[in-house]
Order: sequence, then C-alpha cells, then structure tokens
Amino acid sequence: MTDSQSTSHLRPKSDHPLRIVIVGHVDHGKSTLVGRLFHDTGSLPEGKLESIQASCERRGVPFEWAFLMDAFKSEKDQNITIDTAQIWFHTEKRQYVIIDAPGHKEFIKNMVTGAAQADAALLLIAADEGVQEQSKRHGYLLSMLGIKQVVVVVNKMDLADYSETRFNEVCAEYREFLSGIGVEPMGFVPVSAREGDGVATLSSKLNWYGGGHIVDTLDAFSQPPKKADDVLRFPLQDVYRFDHRRILAGRIESGSLKAGDTLTFYPGGKQSKIKSLEFWEQEALNSVGAGQSVGITLETQLFVERGHVAIRSEQGPIACSDEIRARLFWLGQRPLEVGRGVKVKLATQEVEARVHQIHRLIDASTLNVQNEGAKEIRKNDVAEVTLRLREEIAFDNADVCEGTGRFVIVDDYEVAGGGIIVDAPYRSTQEKAQAQPISPRERNALLGHEAGLIIFGDSLSEDSRTLVENRLHQKRILTYRLSDDEGSHLTSLLNAGVVVLAEHKAESLKHLGAHQMLLSSEDDVQKIDTFILRLKGLSDSRDFEI
Amino acid sequence: MRDHLDELEAQSVYIIREAFKKFEKLGMLWSIGKDSSVMLWLVRKAFMGHIPFPMLHVDTKYKIPEMIEFRDNLAKEWGFELIVETNWDVYNAKKTFPEGNATRIECCSALKKDALQSLISKNDFDAVFAGIRRDEEGTRAKERYFSPRNTKFQWDFKDQPPELWDQYKTDFAPGTHIRVHPLLHWTELNIWEYIEREKIPVVPVYFSGQGKCPPDERYRSLGCEPCTSRVKGEAKNASEILVQLKQSNIAERSTRAQDQEAEDAFEQLRAQGYM
Ligand SMILES: Nc1nc2c(ncn2[C@@H]2O[C@H](COP(=O)(O)OP(=O)(O)O)[C@@H](O)[C@H]2O)c(=O)[nH]1
Ligand SMILES: [Mg+2]
Repeated sequence: MTDSQSTSHLRPKSDHPLRIVIVGHVDHGKSTLVGRLFHDTGSLPEGKLESIQASCERRGVPFEWAFLMDAFKSEKDQNITIDTAQIWFHTEKRQYVIIDAPGHKEFIKNMVTGAAQADAALLLIAADEGVQEQSKRHGYLLSMLGIKQVVVVVNKMDLADYSETRFNEVCAEYREFLSGIGVEPMGFVPVSAREGDGVATLSSKLNWYGGGHIVDTLDAFSQPPKKADDVLRFPLQDVYRFDHRRILAGRIESGSLKAGDTLTFYPGGKQSKIKSLEFWEQEALNSVGAGQSVGITLETQLFVERGHVAIRSEQGPIACSDEIRARLFWLGQRPLEVGRGVKVKLATQEVEARVHQIHRLIDASTLNVQNEGAKEIRKNDVAEVTLRLREEIAFDNADVCEGTGRFVIVDDYEVAGGGIIVDAPYRSTQEKAQAQPISPRERNALLGHEAGLIIFGDSLSEDSRTLVENRLHQKRILTYRLSDDEGSHLTSLLNAGVVVLAEHKAESLKHLGAHQMLLSSEDDVQKIDTFILRLKGLSDSRDFEI
Repeated sequence: MRDHLDELEAQSVYIIREAFKKFEKLGMLWSIGKDSSVMLWLVRKAFMGHIPFPMLHVDTKYKIPEMIEFRDNLAKEWGFELIVETNWDVYNAKKTFPEGNATRIECCSALKKDALQSLISKNDFDAVFAGIRRDEEGTRAKERYFSPRNTKFQWDFKDQPPELWDQYKTDFAPGTHIRVHPLLHWTELNIWEYIEREKIPVVPVYFSGQGKCPPDERYRSLGCEPCTSRVKGEAKNASEILVQLKQSNIAERSTRAQDQEAEDAFEQLRAQGYM
C-alpha cells in the first residue's frame, strides 16, 4: 500500500454532530455525568484526569468529575456550574457535542443559551431529592425551545440503594408534570453518575432495569430532519454592491431556491425572478437549500433590504401583520410590563414592540396559571401575549418555520426573552384582494412609485417646469400639474399615489407626509433624478442606476 | 448542504455577515495561525472575494519568523488592509519573558493583551472578530458568538448575554465593544479538513521539514517562538495532519506554555481582555 492510499483510507471524516444538552436542577449531577461519560468512554484528553485530580487536591475536596466542565475558577471553588459549556465526544455510532447547562435558578439564561442549540436533551433528576423546581422549569423550557427528544435520567441511584421502587416513584411524579405540558419523554434511565453505574456500561446493581445505559441512550436519538422540502423562507440579511453586481445575501431558513424562481418579498409583496446564484471559490450549485448562506441577483432591480423575507411566489403565503400572538419566556431582571417599549428581533427583522395584552401568565415550575389582569411578566416566567409592533413584519407559526416563527426581545441592549409565534394570521393574496380594500402600499406597487409633491419656486422658468414634468413622465411616474384653483384637491391626489407638481403657494401643505422637493433655482433641477429614485424606493442604494 | 463542513461554513458566513451589517467600525484579529487563515477565507466567501475591513495583527516581535513573512506576503497578494500593533515600550525596555525580566503570563499580558487593547481603542472599533474555538480550552468552551467587553475591555464571564436562535448581541452601550467569534463551533479537526478541502494557504511550519522544523517535527499551534514548542511526527500536508489528529489524544494548546501556568492564570488573562 502506498502512503497516499493509507492516508485516504484512514482519513477521519467529521459528520454533523448531534447536540445533546444536559439539564436539570442544581446539584443533581449534570456536570458529573459529563465528566464520567468522558472518562468511561476513554474520551478524556491525555493529562486531563491528573489536572482534575490536582485541582481537587488544591481545594482539599474529594475527586470531582464536574471539574472537567466547570472550567472557571469560581465554578470550581463553589462547585457550581455558572455558564453553559460545550465539549466534543464520539461513540462508535457518531459524533456528539455535549452541552452542559447550569441548574441554578439564577442562571436560567445560560441554560436557555445551551439548550437552544441542542437537538436532544437529557434531563437529570437526583433520586434522593426527587423532582425539584428547576427540574420542572427546565422541562417546560425545553418544550418551548422546540426540543422534542427528551430522556429523563434518574441520577444518584447509589443514594437510593439502587431501588427500583424509588426510581418508579420519581418517574411517575415527573411523567405527570410532563403530561401537563403535553411532553412525552422518550424514556427514563437510572444511573449513578459518580459511581459510573449505567453510564457507559450496565450495572449489576441496577439489574432490575431492562433498558440501555447513557451511551446507548445517546445513540438512540435521531438527527433532526432536514428542512429542504418545505416552503421557501429566505430572510434578507444584507444587500452588497462590492462590484457591478447587486447581491442579495442571506441564509435560507427553509425550502430551497434556484435561478429562474419567482420570488415575492414580504412585507410589501414585490416580485422578481432570480437571475443568478453567486458564489466565490466554490463550484456553482444549481439549487441551494435550508441552512445555506447564499447570495442571489434578481432580473429586475427592486428596492428590497435587510428584513424582507423572500418566498417562492407559487407557494403558500407568509403572515404579515403589526400584531403577533406568541408564547414568551422572560429572562430579564426588569419585568416586562404591559405597554413598555422593547425591540423584537425576528429573523433579520427588527421592530419596536410593546406587550398589548397578557392572556395567560404561567409559573413554569408549578404550572400555576393567572388568566386575568396580569400587568407584567417577571424573570423566569412564561406568558401568552399579544404584541403590537410599530410596523408590519413577515412571520410564520413556529411549526411552519422555526427561523421565521421565533423571535427574541431586546430590552436596553440585552436579549431578555424569547417568543414562539402560535397564531399567525395567514391570508392568501387573492383572498386579501377580494376581502380587503386596496391599501396605499398596494396602489404604490401597481404604480411602481410612491406619492410625492414637487414645489416650483417663483423664479423657476416655465422651461424648467416642463422639463421636470417630462422627465418624470419618461421615468413612468404618474404626474399631475396642479393649477392655482385646485389646491383643495391636493390631499386626494397624493392619497391616490400621484406625484403632484405645484406652485410655491402650496408649500403650506408640507406636512402631508409624502416625498417632497422644492425646486427654487435652475440648479435644483439636476436633483430630479435623485428624487425619482426616492419615489421608487431606491434611494439608499447609493450607486443605483435607473 | 453537501456535508458537515458546509454547515459549519454557512453558520460562520452568517455570523460574519451579521457583524458586518451591524457594526460600523469593524476589524479582524488575525493571528496568522490556521484558524485565522480559515476565518479570513470565510470573509472572502461571505463577501464574494472581497475583504471589506482591516486585518489586525498584534506583533509581539517574538513570533516565529515564517509567520511574519506569510503575513506580509498574503496582505500583498490578497490586497487587504493590515494594521500591526506592538507594545514597543515594554519590548524596548526588555521587560519580557525571553529577556528573563517577566513571567510568561506577565509577558503575554503586556505584549498581547495590552497591545490588543491599545489597537482597539486607537481605532475605535465597535467590534473585532477573533478566531477562537470552543474545543481549544475550558473558558473558551463557555464563550458566546457575540461576546461583549466592557469599557475596561473586561469579559464578564459570570454574566454573559443569552444567545439563542441565531439572534446575537448586536446592541451595545457606548464605550463597550463586541468580540465576534465566527469559528466558535469548529473543532481543530474541522479546521484542517476545511483547509484541505478549500486548499487554504497556511504558514508552512505547520508541516514537518519546513522552515526550522526538522523532518520529523512541526508546529501544531503557532505563537511566540520562545513559548511555543513543536510536536514530534511527520506530516507534510493537511491530510497527513488529519490522520495524526484522529489518532492523538493530546490537547492542542498543550504546546503553548502560557496555558500551562497556574490554574486560573489563563482565565484571568482572558477576563482582562486576551483572546
Ligand atoms: N452520591 C452521588 N453523588 C453524586 C452523583 N452525581 C453527582 N454527585 C455529586 O453531586 C454534586 C453535584 O454534582 P454536579 O455534577 O456538580 O451537579 P450539577 O449542578 O447538576 O452539575 C457533586 O458533589 C457530585 O459529586 C451520584 O451519582 N451519586
Ligand atoms: Mg453543573
């Protein structure tokens, strides 16, 4: 065998690792389980065992497996996990990222950070203490975070004499809680993490138990399905103009796209065909799918920007509204009061928002519900709310597309909560046309521009006035020259989407909210093209050509 | 998605584009090592070949000479802006470890951490990219993709922002800045697989027999020459490194002496603003 053959034969291949989060009440043995799992499967790096040993001796404490994950000095000193950590690991079957999460109530936001990235979860409950406050709250949050594969691990079986009765008791109590929130765990596993019973091998002390150990349990989880077959959701992240191309960049949240597809951008409903997919140093692909960061160009230049969500025009609609109904969890120190201004970040959209109404307030650890009159959501609470947004955004129910169905709330620079959309108001485009009056937005889309008011200064020559009118018309803009006695019609014309050319006297109407321009000298006439760009909604692409 | 490397790439590109959109004054810490090389490559992927912000190098003046040569050549060839910062006061006063006038940690603290701080404050950066990975070391395993530093450049690791659903901390108070870590989810193995697949140029001393490396020795991690040792073993290219990595069970940064000092010395260095 030649060198190169042996190399390619041995070459390690990294697969998509399955991400497992370990959650549960503080001190129930999460970090210990991770340490023990690594040791018992021979996954500790060389010298790590000795350095954990040394850390323990320095503190005069018995050997602590948890020190593998608890990297901060303060974590070791207090023997408590503060922040979530991740570590790589593999079994014969596949690769894993193990995410250790803190169990203390104070650090729920760190638990959420860890769990939000997971494909599956082990929820630990210590056999001696049984179901505790965070056992429940973590269970609730897992379901809100959309983690469907959950196995309950009953740890510290050594402290319960490895008793089958105690195991069944703990399982029954927790199963009841989970059924209250509609969660069905995949299984229950008894272990003693510290002693290594049931971690990588089955233990004779647990001979009444017929199931697999922790390694088997991990291997029994499945990879979450790929979302490539679903409807397209392509939120725009940015628009680039580094060279002659105008590239719309973003990541596909679900579905797929290819050159030639017709896209509709929401909010707004502008349409165009994909001209090309753009790549650098990569074989050009015909079609790109969910999860991929891509760049596309369009056949016609539209004004679309970060925040717009593209869908395939022939597929079902996306919801667009300035009101959303959602389930929220709140992590902020300061409660979220009804009516207070915060920011919602959903896919790449950002919008000012406030809680309009709290429908239900839930204590995630007791499932106690307050239905009436709640005025604020406190730290670690869960609520069902209606949010009012400053402007319309595009979104989905979380079960249609997670990427456009979930959002975070930013409060004073900090991400302070997360929400899942439950009741998105879908309307098909046709339905909307029949049932609803035509909105100004739709009228503008038909005309291809917004309303505007151009005011001629008294000294402007008649030639220039005619030139401007012709230039606008040439650029397919609907114009109307207002005569002196028609001043009272100005508002109606602007409402209809017309670009009105008026004498200086009309300047008193400046507050109307349409695009405005004053042409007081012959020099100003040069600026008409820039104004046209603004009317067509293309103004902030600096070097855009029409 | 063709494979796992595509997923890693897509996630990193998303993060890089997010930072580019959100931060006005942006730079990339470029340590010239393999991770930085991958990060720079991903920038070009994100922006269709363009590099729209400067690369920042903290030069301690003790770097392995091949690194500096590689740096200057690449900057010329790819045509990006390069900003180099050195703590000349400490270097000229010889208050360094190689001169026998400082401990390793004191030396790192002055030549790397302090120089980095002055680089950031001089240029008023809102955010800088850093190519750290979770699998490198315990405190990095707890990092965020968008990790805030306060006005004193400190990392408050006991109170990190929640990070979920690809929504990052892009809102920040004046005077603070954000470290952006687009490679956080990559492993050392992924880095080499990607270098091999994409044929990304790296400093030659990663391979045995190159530069001052004897035929059976190479660098696994690059840093300052006096504090970085070579590993035994022949590996002439990325694919041979991959074979060795798969068999090895030794931590990557075990060749970096400053990491092996007192238990929490490295943690303190990071809390004070080190990468
Ligand atoms: N007796 C016994 N103690 C355990 C077991 N697992 C963990 N512990 C101890 O419980 C304490 C808390 O463990 P730790 O892993 O830090 O808990 P965490 O807060 O859930 O991460 C430590 O002192 C462990 O040694 C077990 O199976 N049996
Ligand atoms: Mg712990």
